[in-house]
Amino acid sequence: MLVEFGHFTLLLALIVSLVQTTVPLYGAYKGYGPWMAIARPAAVLQLILLSVSFSILMYAFVVSDFSVALVVKNSHTLKPMLYKITGVWGNHEGSMLLWCLILALFGALVALFGRHLPTTFIARVLGVQGSIGVAFLSFLIFTSNPFLRLQFPPFDGTGLNPMLQDPGLAFHPPFLYFGYVGLSTTFSFAVAALLEGRVNAAWGRWVRPWTLLAWLNLTVGIALGSWWAYYELGWGGFWFWDPVENASFMPWLISAALLHSAIVVEKREVLKVWTILLAILAFGFSLIGTFIVRSGVLTSVHAFANDPERGVYLLGIAGFFIGGALILFSIRAGTLKANGAFAFVSRESALILNNVLLAVSAFVVFIGTIWPLIAEMAFGRTLSVGPPFFDASFTPFMIGLAVILPIGSILPWKRAKLGRTAILAWPAFLLAALLAMFVWSIGSDRSLLAPIGTALGSWLIFGSLADLISRTGRGSAAARLRRLTRLPRADFGKAVSHAGFGVTTLGVALLLAWQVEVIRVANIGETFKLGDYDVTMESVQRIDGPNYVGEGANMRVERDGELVANLFPEKRFYPVAGTPTTEAAIRNGVFADIYVVLGDKQDAGGWAVRAHIKPFANWIWVGAILMAFGGVLSLSDRRVRITAGARKSTQAVAAQT
Amino acid sequence: MRWFVLWLFVATASWAVEPDEMLTDPALEAKAQALDEIIRCVKCRSESIASSNADWARDARLRVRELLDAGATEDDVLNVFVNAYGEVVLMRPTTKGANVALWLAAPFLLLLALFVSWRFIKSPRPVAEPLSPEERAELDDVMTTLRKHDDA
Repeated sequence: MLVEFGHFTLLLALIVSLVQTTVPLYGAYKGYGPWMAIARPAAVLQLILLSVSFSILMYAFVVSDFSVALVVKNSHTLKPMLYKITGVWGNHEGSMLLWCLILALFGALVALFGRHLPTTFIARVLGVQGSIGVAFLSFLIFTSNPFLRLQFPPFDGTGLNPMLQDPGLAFHPPFLYFGYVGLSTTFSFAVAALLEGRVNAAWGRWVRPWTLLAWLNLTVGIALGSWWAYYELGWGGFWFWDPVENASFMPWLISAALLHSAIVVEKREVLKVWTILLAILAFGFSLIGTFIVRSGVLTSVHAFANDPERGVYLLGIAGFFIGGALILFSIRAGTLKANGAFAFVSRESALILNNVLLAVSAFVVFIGTIWPLIAEMAFGRTLSVGPPFFDASFTPFMIGLAVILPIGSILPWKRAKLGRTAILAWPAFLLAALLAMFVWSIGSDRSLLAPIGTALGSWLIFGSLADLISRTGRGSAAARLRRLTRLPRADFGKAVSHAGFGVTTLGVALLLAWQVEVIRVANIGETFKLGDYDVTMESVQRIDGPNYVGEGANMRVERDGELVANLFPEKRFYPVAGTPTTEAAIRNGVFADIYVVLGDKQDAGGWAVRAHIKPFANWIWVGAILMAFGGVLSLSDRRVRITAGARKSTQAVAAQT
Repeated sequence: MRWFVLWLFVATASWAVEPDEMLTDPALEAKAQALDEIIRCVKCRSESIASSNADWARDARLRVRELLDAGATEDDVLNVFVNAYGEVVLMRPTTKGANVALWLAAPFLLLLALFVSWRFIKSPRPVAEPLSPEERAELDDVMTTLRKHDDA
C-alpha cells in the first residue's frame, strides 16, 4: 500500500509540475498577479511530494520489500544498511527519481531564497524549472517506473555485488546529480531573462550563486569518481576519457566558464549575451550527458541502461530544451546590449580569454566524444577516439589557462597597466621558475613534463597568494594584514579555488612524469626494487572473508633498510556474485603513494605482482577539494547571502534603469 | 550513474600485461607497452589492450610482442592490427580523410574564438560620461574617509 502511495505522490508531483509550468508562465505573459503567485507554493509542494515518494522508495529498500521489482534487482537482505540506502540510487530508475527530487529541491530553493526577485521574473524562472520537471517526471513515470510490483515476490534480492559497496562510489552519483541538476537553475534563469528581454548586473548576481553551487558539486562528484577509480580499479589510473566521464566533464568546463562570465555581467554589464548562451549550454551538456550515459549510444565502459526507448525519450528532452532555448536566444539576444567600456588590457579581457579556453576545450571534448558516432553515420567509418586524442587536444587549453590565470586574476577592471600587475605577480613568477629549475635538476632526463607542470602549478598557487596580497592595498605591513583579515570571503574563495587548480595541475604532471611501475613474478621471500624502495613478499595467506574467499600477500616495503610500510594486497573471489576483485594495497604519502597489486599464482611458482610509485597522487584530489572548498567560501560570503535574497539588488536595478 | 555496471568491464579488467607475457628485452617491452596503450581491445568497451584482461586483449598483447620480437616497427604492428580489424583498433584516430576535421577542431575553434573575442573587445562601446568636478570631489572625499576608516 505504501509503495502505491509513493507511486501516487509521484503522479501528483507530475500534475503539480504541469501547473507550475503553465499557470505562472501565462500569468507572467498576461501580467496576472495571482497566476504568477502560484509558482512558489507549487515549487515547494513539488519538493514535498517527491520527498515523500523518494522516502517511500528508500523505505522499501531499507526493509527489503521484495514485492518491488527494483528492490529485488538491486538489494539483498545481507547488504549492510548503508548500502541498502545507497542502493536506492544505484540503478537507473532510482537514480532518475533522485534526479527529479534534486530538481524539485532546486526549484523550492529558488522559491524560498528568491522571495525578493521581481514577480514576473521569479514566476518565469519557476515556470521553466517546472517544465524541466514535467519532462523528467513523465520520463520517469512512463519509461522507468521505480514502483513496479512483482506478482510473486522472491525471498531474497539479487543485488549483492561487492564492488558497489564502497563509500567513494556510494556518494559519487548524488554529488554529480546535484551538479547536473543544479545547472537547470541557471538554465531557468537564462530562459526567464530571455523571456523578460532584460539582463542586467542584478541578473548576474542572482545566477552566480546557483552556478557556483552546481559547479562545486560537480567538482566533488568528479573527484570522488576519479579517486575511486584510482584506489579500486587496481592500476592507479585516475582519468580515462571515457564517454561517460566526458559527459560529466563538459558541463563542468562550461559551468566554470559561466561562473567567470557571470562575474563580468555582475560587475561590468558586459558579456550578457554570451553568459546567457553559456547558461543554456551548461545545462544542455548536462542533458546530452544524461542521454549519452543512459541510452548506451556510445559504447562506454560504464554501460548503464541500453534501452532504445529511453534513449529516444531523453534525446527528445535534450532536443526540446536545448533547441527551444537556442531559438528563443536567437530571437532575443539582439535586444541585449553591453554597457561597460573596457580597454584591451583589463580584467574583462582576461576573463574573456578564460571563457574562450574553457568553452573551446569543452567543445573539443564534445567533438572527440561524439566523433565515432559522426564518422559512422556520415562516412561509414568505424573508429575509436581514445586518450591519445584527448591528451593531445585538450591539454594545451589547460596549459594556456594556467599561464594566464594569475595575471588575469590580479588585473584591475576596465583599464589596466600590465607593468603594475607584473610588479605584483613577479615574486610568484620567480618562485615558480625557481621550483621548476629545482625539479629540472633533480628529475634526471626523463621529460619536460615535470618541470613544466611544476612551473605552472606553483605559478598558480603563488599567483593566488599574490592576488590576495594585492588586495590589501598599500601601507604598513600591519595595516595590510588587518585589511587582509577583513577581505570578503569571496576573495579567499577565489584564491583557494585557483590554488586548488594549481595543486591538481602539480599532481597530474608529477604523477605522469615520475610514476614508476614494476610488473613481475615474485616468489615468497624474494625482494625486488621499486624505485628507491625494496619490496619483499614475505608470505601469502588464504583469507576467508564474510562473503568472499581469497588470498592476500604480506609485502614489506623498505627504504635504505628502514621499514616504510607493511602492505597487504588482496585477491578476492565473491562466490554469490561470481566476480573476482583485486584490492590494491596503497600507502598514502604526501609526496608519493606506494601502490601494490597481487595477481595470479604462476604455474612455474611465485605470484604475479604489480607495484607502482605514484608521486603526488593525492594532490590531484586535494586540489579538486580545494577548488570546491573555494566555491563554498564564496557562497558563504555575506554579499552572496544578501543577494540571494536580492533585496538590495532590485533597488539597484531600479536605479539603473 | 556511471558506476552501475562499471565493475563488470573495468574493475575485473584492471590487470594489464601479465609477467609471463613480457619480453625479456626491457627496451622492446617498453615499446610493446606503449603500443598496448593505443591498440583498442575490440571485444571490450572503449578500453585499450593495456588495461583489459579479456582473452582477446591477452592474445593481442602476445601478438604485439611476437611482431616486435620478429623485428617489426611500431607502424608495422599497428598496420597488422588495422588490416585485420579495421581502424577501430586505433585509440589514436588517424589523420586521414574526414578525421582531419577532428584533429583540426581544437586549433580551428580556438583561433575562431580568439578572433571573435578580439573583434568584440576592440568594438566601440558607449563610454560612460566622465565625472563632473563636483562628482570627482565627492568621490575623493568618500575614498579618503574609507582609507582613514580602514587604517584606523
